Amino acid sequence: MHKILLIIEREYLSRVRKKAFIIMTLLGPLLFAGITVIPAWLASRDSSLTTISVIDQSGLFEGKLKSNAETTFQFVKTEIDKEKKTVQEAGDHHLLLVIGQTDGKTIPAVQIFGESNPGLDLVQSIENQINSELKNIQLKSSGIDPALVENINPEIDIQTKVLSEEGEKDGSSAAATAVGFGAGFLIYIFIFLYGSMVMTGVMEEKTNRVVEVIISSVKPFELMMGKIVGVALVGLTQFALWLALSYGITAVASAVFLKDKKPQEISQQLSAQGMDQQKAMKKIGFLEELKSVNVTYVVVCFLFFFLGGYLLYSALFAAVGAAVDNQQDAQQFMLPITIPIIASIVMAQLIIKEPNSNMAFWFSIFPLTSPIIMMIRVPFEPPLWQILLSMVCLILGFLGTTWFAGKIYRVGILMYGKKITYKELWKWMRY
Amino acid sequence: MNPIVETKNLYKRYGDFLALDNVSLKIPKGSIFGLLGPNGAGKTSLIRIITQITAADQGEVLFDGEKINPKHIGRIGYLPEERGLYKKSKVGEQLLYFAQLKGMSKELALEKTKNWFIRLDIKDWWNKNLEELSKGMAQKVQFISTVIHEPEFIILDEPFSGFDPVNSDVIRDEILRLHANGATILFSTHRMDTVEELCSHIVLIDKSKKVLDGSTKDIKNQFRKHIFQVQTQDSIDFTKLPWQPEKMNEEKDGYFQTSFKLGENQSPNELLGDIIQNAQVIGFQEQLPSFHDIFVQVVTQNQEKHA
Repeated sequence: MHKILLIIEREYLSRVRKKAFIIMTLLGPLLFAGITVIPAWLASRDSSLTTISVIDQSGLFEGKLKSNAETTFQFVKTEIDKEKKTVQEAGDHHLLLVIGQTDGKTIPAVQIFGESNPGLDLVQSIENQINSELKNIQLKSSGIDPALVENINPEIDIQTKVLSEEGEKDGSSAAATAVGFGAGFLIYIFIFLYGSMVMTGVMEEKTNRVVEVIISSVKPFELMMGKIVGVALVGLTQFALWLALSYGITAVASAVFLKDKKPQEISQQLSAQGMDQQKAMKKIGFLEELKSVNVTYVVVCFLFFFLGGYLLYSALFAAVGAAVDNQQDAQQFMLPITIPIIASIVMAQLIIKEPNSNMAFWFSIFPLTSPIIMMIRVPFEPPLWQILLSMVCLILGFLGTTWFAGKIYRVGILMYGKKITYKELWKWMRY
Repeated sequence: MNPIVETKNLYKRYGDFLALDNVSLKIPKGSIFGLLGPNGAGKTSLIRIITQITAADQGEVLFDGEKINPKHIGRIGYLPEERGLYKKSKVGEQLLYFAQLKGMSKELALEKTKNWFIRLDIKDWWNKNLEELSKGMAQKVQFISTVIHEPEFIILDEPFSGFDPVNSDVIRDEILRLHANGATILFSTHRMDTVEELCSHIVLIDKSKKVLDGSTKDIKNQFRKHIFQVQTQDSIDFTKLPWQPEKMNEEKDGYFQTSFKLGENQSPNELLGDIIQNAQVIGFQEQLPSFHDIFVQVVTQNQEKHA
């Protein structure tokens, strides 16, 4: 036991002290902060006013197009060609909108001219305004009060309730989807990132020939497990640092770049960008729903499937590293390992639509796919026995793959210069 | 006294290939033991069983009279033929790690490592990464890693390869010093000069079987051909000598060399007595077979037997 701790310590320290680790740990949150803050910052800066000259050939829309903080509509009576020149001379922030002839019942030809293409949002907002004005004209001509129609525009929002022993609980499909998908994806990343770190570590020891010296002191299995646990700690350290740094950097960056914007303003801005009030309300509702997800339960399940999945797969990655001499051969043997991981993340889309289907059940029990699939299902609160069965299967699967990987590892690390085939691996099992 | 290592009827099979076939041997305490054999004979398989890297399929290994178990790991030092250290780790840290893996406390490991750095005069290597060292320097580090935990039994697989003659002597002297302090040394080597110079016992393995076993003295005796060589000032006149030579009067460096094969009841004293009357004798010695010759002879015969 003392020796396995020594191995874990070395594996951990030698990786955490590497420049690559420090750089990745620092860059990760910067990238994350960049992704979240920079678009918001750019959006907040991009508030220059666009002037739109409107030539309304039927005169139906004058005063109906509403100017706001970003756009002003000027109705003009000049010739189209003359106005085109004016717009061209004025440059980027001047557009010409031409609304063709219409009596309110026919669809007019509408064109926008400008130095450059106007943004999709702007085009859409103009389309909406013209459409709704046309609708109003038609409603009025049919003798219907448009205000009445506005009021009978229902938008329902189904609330999901889970029937459980403690009574009805607020369910939340949208929140469950987000949490499940996020957790599944994290597990996927972790398995790949740190599983292959285990593999390269094993290959390095094998090609350096240091392995023979070490296993004359410790059992191959101890060396393998020491490495797997050591790398797992590296991964957890990196994740924790990323989380802390991301939080810190995002907070600082928001304070610096968005300091004049209050949250309400940002949400107003969001709603101005095509999101209507109801959608904004829904978004707030979604945040409320997120709180309805049982945090302790999800976190416990996440940690279990996160570590279980990593341990199961990293043992297989270690076996591959031990079996091969070089990176090219490694690819060949990695394929059967990566297929179930990639399949799980692809299937995630289907599972999330029907989290209680038969397919979802079986894939969340099978240990090679269960870490990701079960984690996607967990926020939907499947029956407890299914979760427990999945956990037991994962533990058994972990013991099985580790046993299997240990056998290959034991023989493989001392086998040099041999082109390994699957048949050969099968023979090793019986050594 | 128990032998330090005793193997009893070891068998090791890799798939269809029998790597060790009923190998029994005793390595006496305090000996310098040579494990010889052609490439692929089974030496490495045997060493890996003794170092508990792999297990035998049948048979047992005793270490100092006890069935071998993980407790013995710290009492064995092993220098594999394929040298290996962590290229990107610091020399000092690595040695500490290896010593601790053998069961030493951190404090003791630190003290012993420092001693070795002083002894081999490599103090400024402590904080160097291994990849910065030359091959010979790395070999020295590897040697230290083998003996850092002061094992009673040291297995050295081709310990002198990669060393220049000066460093080769440094390492040889260190090995002899460890031996003088009570360690038993097992050499696995193809260099017969090492065997001639250092070994007190040898075992020869060929085609997975032990084919020769004993003290170097006994083995030399066993293979002596009773050929005596005499060096004379002038050529010997064989018309006056009642002995039939193997080779006669070969001139070398101004002297004449003649060799005689003695029969069972003939004594070298009689031969010398007769030659002295015939010519001026400068040297007289028995031509003992070298281990090189013994090795080649045994392995070739074994091949013929199997052919």
